[in-house]
Amino acid sequence: MLKIVGYPDRYSVAPGETIAFKISQEEGDHFDARIVRVFNGDSNPEGPGLRFEHVPTAADGRHPGFVQSIDAGSYMIAAGVPLLARTAFTFSAFVWPTLPNREDQTLAGQWDPAAEAGWRIIVAGGRTGIVVGDGSGRMATAFADGVMVPRRWYQLTVSIDPASGAVAIEQTPLVAYAKTGDAGQFAGALDVLPAAIDAPFLLAGTRERDGTVGHHFDGKIDSPVLLEGRHKGTAHLRLLEPHVPLPLAAAVVARWDFSRAIDTVDAVDIGPAGHHGRFEQLPTRGMKGWNWTGEEQSWTRKPEHYGAVHFHHDDVYDAAWETSVEVRIPDDMPSGPYALHAVAGPSDEQATREAYIAFFVRPPRDRAARTNRPKVLMLAPTMSYLAYANHGEHITARGAERQMGRLLTFGHTDLYMYDHAELGGSLYDTHADGSGTNYSSRLRPNLNFAPRYHSWLGGPGSALYQYNADTHLFDWLDKKGVAYDIATDEDLHEDGYALLADYSVVITGTHPEYHSTAMWDAMKTWVDRGGRLMYVGANGWYWRIAFHKQLPGVIELRRAEDGIRTWEQEPGEYYHSFSGEYGGLWRRLGRPPNVMGGVGFIAQGFDMSAYYRRAPDADDPRAAFIFKDVPDEIIGDFGLVGGGAAGIELDCISVPLGSAPNILRLASSDGHSGMMMLVNEEFGVVLPNLGGDQNERVHADLAFYETAAGGAVFATGSIAWCGSLLHNDCDNNVSRITWNVLERFLDDTPF
Amino acid sequence: MVYKIDPDADRVYIDEFRKKPIGAHSPGLQRLLNIMRHDPSGRQVVLVCRKPFEEWVLGMMPPDRSQPIAIEDEPVFTDIESAEWEVFRRRWRAITGQDINMPLRD
Repeated sequence: MLKIVGYPDRYSVAPGETIAFKISQEEGDHFDARIVRVFNGDSNPEGPGLRFEHVPTAADGRHPGFVQSIDAGSYMIAAGVPLLARTAFTFSAFVWPTLPNREDQTLAGQWDPAAEAGWRIIVAGGRTGIVVGDGSGRMATAFADGVMVPRRWYQLTVSIDPASGAVAIEQTPLVAYAKTGDAGQFAGALDVLPAAIDAPFLLAGTRERDGTVGHHFDGKIDSPVLLEGRHKGTAHLRLLEPHVPLPLAAAVVARWDFSRAIDTVDAVDIGPAGHHGRFEQLPTRGMKGWNWTGEEQSWTRKPEHYGAVHFHHDDVYDAAWETSVEVRIPDDMPSGPYALHAVAGPSDEQATREAYIAFFVRPPRDRAARTNRPKVLMLAPTMSYLAYANHGEHITARGAERQMGRLLTFGHTDLYMYDHAELGGSLYDTHADGSGTNYSSRLRPNLNFAPRYHSWLGGPGSALYQYNADTHLFDWLDKKGVAYDIATDEDLHEDGYALLADYSVVITGTHPEYHSTAMWDAMKTWVDRGGRLMYVGANGWYWRIAFHKQLPGVIELRRAEDGIRTWEQEPGEYYHSFSGEYGGLWRRLGRPPNVMGGVGFIAQGFDMSAYYRRAPDADDPRAAFIFKDVPDEIIGDFGLVGGGAAGIELDCISVPLGSAPNILRLASSDGHSGMMMLVNEEFGVVLPNLGGDQNERVHADLAFYETAAGGAVFATGSIAWCGSLLHNDCDNNVSRITWNVLERFLDDTPF
Repeated sequence: MVYKIDPDADRVYIDEFRKKPIGAHSPGLQRLLNIMRHDPSGRQVVLVCRKPFEEWVLGMMPPDRSQPIAIEDEPVFTDIESAEWEVFRRRWRAITGQDINMPLRD
């Protein structure tokens, strides 16, 4: 179990800027910290081993440590709403509950938890109810008598007269089912009267005594309204008509229209008082509403059909921890991969008491200040690290052991992840209510973005995936004496082509899977203008993501239509709420990965990696520089990730999908097991021979092509490639091929 | 209908698994493993690493995440293949009612 965890306030920091680290420590009252340059995060004794180098900074030394927690769960707050319990009022909304049987979920309320005063409209045991408190310790509840069905729309209306205690509840299904009994009503009087207390109006959560927000609601809420006086549900429906009778219009206290400003965290009140709210911890927007018909699939074209917001009790955008240590990056600090090493005590079999909190020092932001830079830029795939943040399929998805072909390994990090669902999951995980996780934020601990993390998903041997697999590349670049800068996906999204323009060579990570439109356009522009791209991974340029316009550090994914999907986006919800763009695979958007890296996703399998066999194009004079001193027929039959250079996920050439017609197939992988399987976007009819032992299409291609502008692209076609670089102290044919390519790519002579 | 493991017919695959628990398997062993690795109760056997690359024990992850993972004290494995073999033996016994008359370690 981990006893110390943390996160940085940014993944990329420029010289002269300050980076802050937020740390939670379960034992003791202090930790010792230092900044280290990360060369190798792999502790496998079969490999070269961990390698960090202390970089003296002001962060060195002892710092106070204490427990910090995460207040997960999304909600809406509208602080300007008047005290409703002074007179009779009505709350109405359309609601689509996803976990209706969870206990005591707050739909709406004005509640003082310390005094137990006010009112809360709740869902508990599948029934709509109300809780009132008078502040003297007396509370009363009332419930409708029907039990709601998950994932069905209901119109809920609750009215109360605080003077008499009279309450009416209507729970009306929008679609009636026989013998279901999900409609419900209540009409009666409570023997406790709600106090009109000074508390903000909250939707989908309520203030707790400890200052957090709890008792969250799981599900969608659409068109919530507050009315003066007691009304029936028919009044709610009349408000949605083009002409609203004056008496009803005059009764409106607030009427939120969530179809407005979908790409923000603003909750727009279209009522006369403008009691606008704000969404906290990022509930999902751009969701189908109660009135969605399917005639339109995009919220940008028919927003009135997308007036729902999906709240989850495990949503998290910002852990909002206090800063534990911060450091100004010296002006002369070389660009590269770094980490804050925080130690709270010695580790043992039961507990890990040290943490490496990774970050990157990028080149100066001001292009004019980027003088005498190296010719090589490594683009750290931080948006893929973020997409996989706290990847918990080994916890939540039964069947993962079958998929891996081996037992699921839980280290201390995984045990901590299991116990701390409030960290929030990855874009591969589902919320507790079964809906897919659309948003991932870096303002929280990202436990698998760390040196020394050995993944249940990584290939046998070192068991590395994503960031820690990329440390093999960091180590190799250093051992080969390559001077390089490093920048992140987020830098590329923000800076665009200008970030890449001055570099001759860009090297990817092992798994650069997630790209925004701005990132994709910037990279393609650079390649088309003569850049030399070394794509040393696989399953790259696969999913489109979007960044939020207001909030830093969070991305959105819509798992639409096709591709490897651990969950599927609901039909009608394929458009990003952050950008309005259609989501899903870049391939489905007319930009297959082959267009960028020459190769595209073909297969995945997680048992053992295989090797490459030299192909005829290896003897093409155009490829002679690649195979200098590499006469071998078999390439990469060794390595720390699955025992070979071709594994985990594979890409291959496909000219119909956009691979350049002049591309050379230098080598192809061979010897895969039946667990290395064709990916589902590659077949229309389910095949009986999906595995690599029976399907000739299951293979990685080592590929190279020249571009019209005198640049070139080299692609390895395998996530496991970099796991073989360090074998035999870098004296091996994978390392030699990679070096040969880099050496030629650094030569300015046009291809 | 899902294949029902036959302890007599499938016994031939035990030795194959013993020799190579991770990696390419014969179609018959792969079918056996695909079935053995599914627990309809929702529980999941996991491998708990106490010391990276040195010590592992077995754990049982419950269907409900609010419940703790039950972690065994013994046996302690010093390689993953031995743990795979132990889990295989336990599952074989649970499914067929028969013990595999082979030692945990040679």
